[in-house]
Amino acid sequence: MDTNLALLLLFAPFAGFLFNVFFGKKLSRNAAGTLGTVAVAVSFGVTLSFFLQVVNTGEPIMVNLFEWMRLANFSVDFGFQLDQLSLLWLMFVTGIGTLIHMYSISYMHDDENIHKFFAYLNLFVFFMITLVMGSNLLIMFIGWEGVGLCSYLLIGFWYKNQEYNDAAKKAFIMNRIGDLGFLIGIFIIGYLFHSLDYVQIKTAIDNGWTLDPTWLSIAALCLFIGACGKSAQIPLYTWLPDAMAGPTPVSALIHAATMVTAGIFMITRMNFLFNLTPDVQSIIAIVGAVTALVAASIGLVQNDIKKVLAYSTVSQLGLMFLALGLGVYEIAVFHVITHAFFKACLFLGSGSVIHALHGEQDMRNMGGLRKVMKITFATFLISTLAISGLPPFSGFFSKDEILMTAYHQNPVLWVIGSVASIMTAFYMFRLLYLTFYKDFRGTEEQKHHLHESPSLITIPLIVLAILALVGGAISLPGNSWLNHYLAPIMAKPAHHHELDSTTYMLMGIAVAGALVGIGIAYFKYIKNGAVPAPDGKQTGIVKVLYNKYYVDEIYMAIIVKPIYAIGSFFKNITEAAISGFIYGLGWVANMLSAEGKTIQNGSVGFYLFVFVAGICSIIGYIFLVK
Amino acid sequence: MENILQEIGLENYVYLSALLFCVGAFGVLYRRNAIVMFMSIEIMLNAVNLLLVAFSTYHQDAQGQVFVFFSMAVAAAEVAVGLAILVAVYRNLTNIDIDNLKNLKG
Repeated sequence: MDTNLALLLLFAPFAGFLFNVFFGKKLSRNAAGTLGTVAVAVSFGVTLSFFLQVVNTGEPIMVNLFEWMRLANFSVDFGFQLDQLSLLWLMFVTGIGTLIHMYSISYMHDDENIHKFFAYLNLFVFFMITLVMGSNLLIMFIGWEGVGLCSYLLIGFWYKNQEYNDAAKKAFIMNRIGDLGFLIGIFIIGYLFHSLDYVQIKTAIDNGWTLDPTWLSIAALCLFIGACGKSAQIPLYTWLPDAMAGPTPVSALIHAATMVTAGIFMITRMNFLFNLTPDVQSIIAIVGAVTALVAASIGLVQNDIKKVLAYSTVSQLGLMFLALGLGVYEIAVFHVITHAFFKACLFLGSGSVIHALHGEQDMRNMGGLRKVMKITFATFLISTLAISGLPPFSGFFSKDEILMTAYHQNPVLWVIGSVASIMTAFYMFRLLYLTFYKDFRGTEEQKHHLHESPSLITIPLIVLAILALVGGAISLPGNSWLNHYLAPIMAKPAHHHELDSTTYMLMGIAVAGALVGIGIAYFKYIKNGAVPAPDGKQTGIVKVLYNKYYVDEIYMAIIVKPIYAIGSFFKNITEAAISGFIYGLGWVANMLSAEGKTIQNGSVGFYLFVFVAGICSIIGYIFLVK
Repeated sequence: MENILQEIGLENYVYLSALLFCVGAFGVLYRRNAIVMFMSIEIMLNAVNLLLVAFSTYHQDAQGQVFVFFSMAVAAAEVAVGLAILVAVYRNLTNIDIDNLKNLKG
């Protein structure tokens, strides 16, 4: 029974994908979208039943389908592990996935390739479920590669624009770099443990296997590199802002709520391994904190509404990695969940705005939308308050837990994280003010067409806004349901913060910091009515930030250009040596045949003569010489 | 009479066969008329058939003679095809001098 349900959970989106690929063109636009939505909703329903079952019993559901491969003393099974962690992940992957599919029916309604869009979206959900559900690292790797592929397909969905294609390729290549790290990590783990199965690895560690700490650290580091690529951490983060080339629902689903959290899922999954490698943990914490700060600082000055959200995503992912590095996996998971709620809501809200403005994404051409788009504005406001970390919104609880842990373990990281949070509050309210307040700055024609989006768009927004509002309830300080729920999959017990004066002081500082950020945004953009300078008119630090610290240019200069140079160098060698040799062979054959072809003169008599002479000489050779 | 080879020795068949084969071969090489060449080829073929039958008798083994029947059947088929080609050539060229077939060269 469990096996069948698990297969239904996995293959419902895949069936949706197949159907939309092969028959989608024949369906009406709404039918293609409804089909895709229902496929994911089925998965959500099954997940929900599993989830309730596991919440009640506390026992993970293990499904083993077949033995995939066997090599001497090493074997890999094809099976699923539906435990507390994977079901939690599936809950929001399929849940938010359903909402975003629903939203896309309306958002993509006028696109000629809407069936293809839903096919890719379903395929993505299928691979994401594979990634989360697998019972060993190799199955996770299948999903890992699959979601990368779908991300590529969807970023480049509007393939007629070359810039979008380039963004898609960039995302794919950067992910490949991470994937290579991940794969090497898997190999090393296979070598160390003779198994890739999570349960078996955990058992081996629990039983105190003697393991070479150097190899273990290298394995953990390689896994972290994989996570860096997928979850957009320094130095592999530059693909995520460019990935905003895809349609907005894609940005919400893949590049905010689900796929980019795969790295966090993987590290949480392997928490027993990372606990053994404190060096790697501190690298993760530092990378996470620095990413949070750098991305937040770039986000301060971006003018494209989706770019701001993209950098904010990178920054929030950085905070999650900070939590992972500090060893508080359950808090990272908590932030993943709250972030999924409010960031999906923000992206969908920005999509609603872009939809109303017919593709306008530059905030300098927006403003005053709160009067016409009341629902979008209200949901956006709630999510913005959540991401800024104001109580009682969900983001406050998760972010605060991360910063509090950082304060107790390493005050420097706490300072970096807090600064990033203040910046977050600033740029999110900057976005809110520029988009929804003051007067409209676009063209008259756009103003004329302004409208609230249809209910297929607003319903997901409302649901997500409610979740962003109350999502913090799953892990309240002092009484955390989430920590208790996740306890079975964590190698060490959850860290518990006492509700003492330090805790309240830190909460106060966090809220005050957020209010400072909001205040600066208020004075700059409401009181003074400032509008960001046009492109090319920025000066000083703003210019550096606007150009993203020139990281793309630096990568171009130190990595891409040298690789091109090496490529052209070797191209010359192959041209000269290999192609020259081949051409030479051709030339020799040509010369010989120019002489040889005169023998074939068409005279039958001559042929016969040669024929008989040949036979005579063969016979002569056989009888006389031998 | 048990064996015809006691009357006429085996070597005589070999000489005759070699002679016939040479006649056929020279016929093929020197004549330009396609029908004559065809006949020459048949002579060569029959020289070999003769040799097969002779040795078959010498070894007291019927297999060689069976083989000759097959060879004759194939030869008949081949002649049918060959003559059909020659008819076609004649209709086009009004003669069957093989030197004219040079035109078939690509």
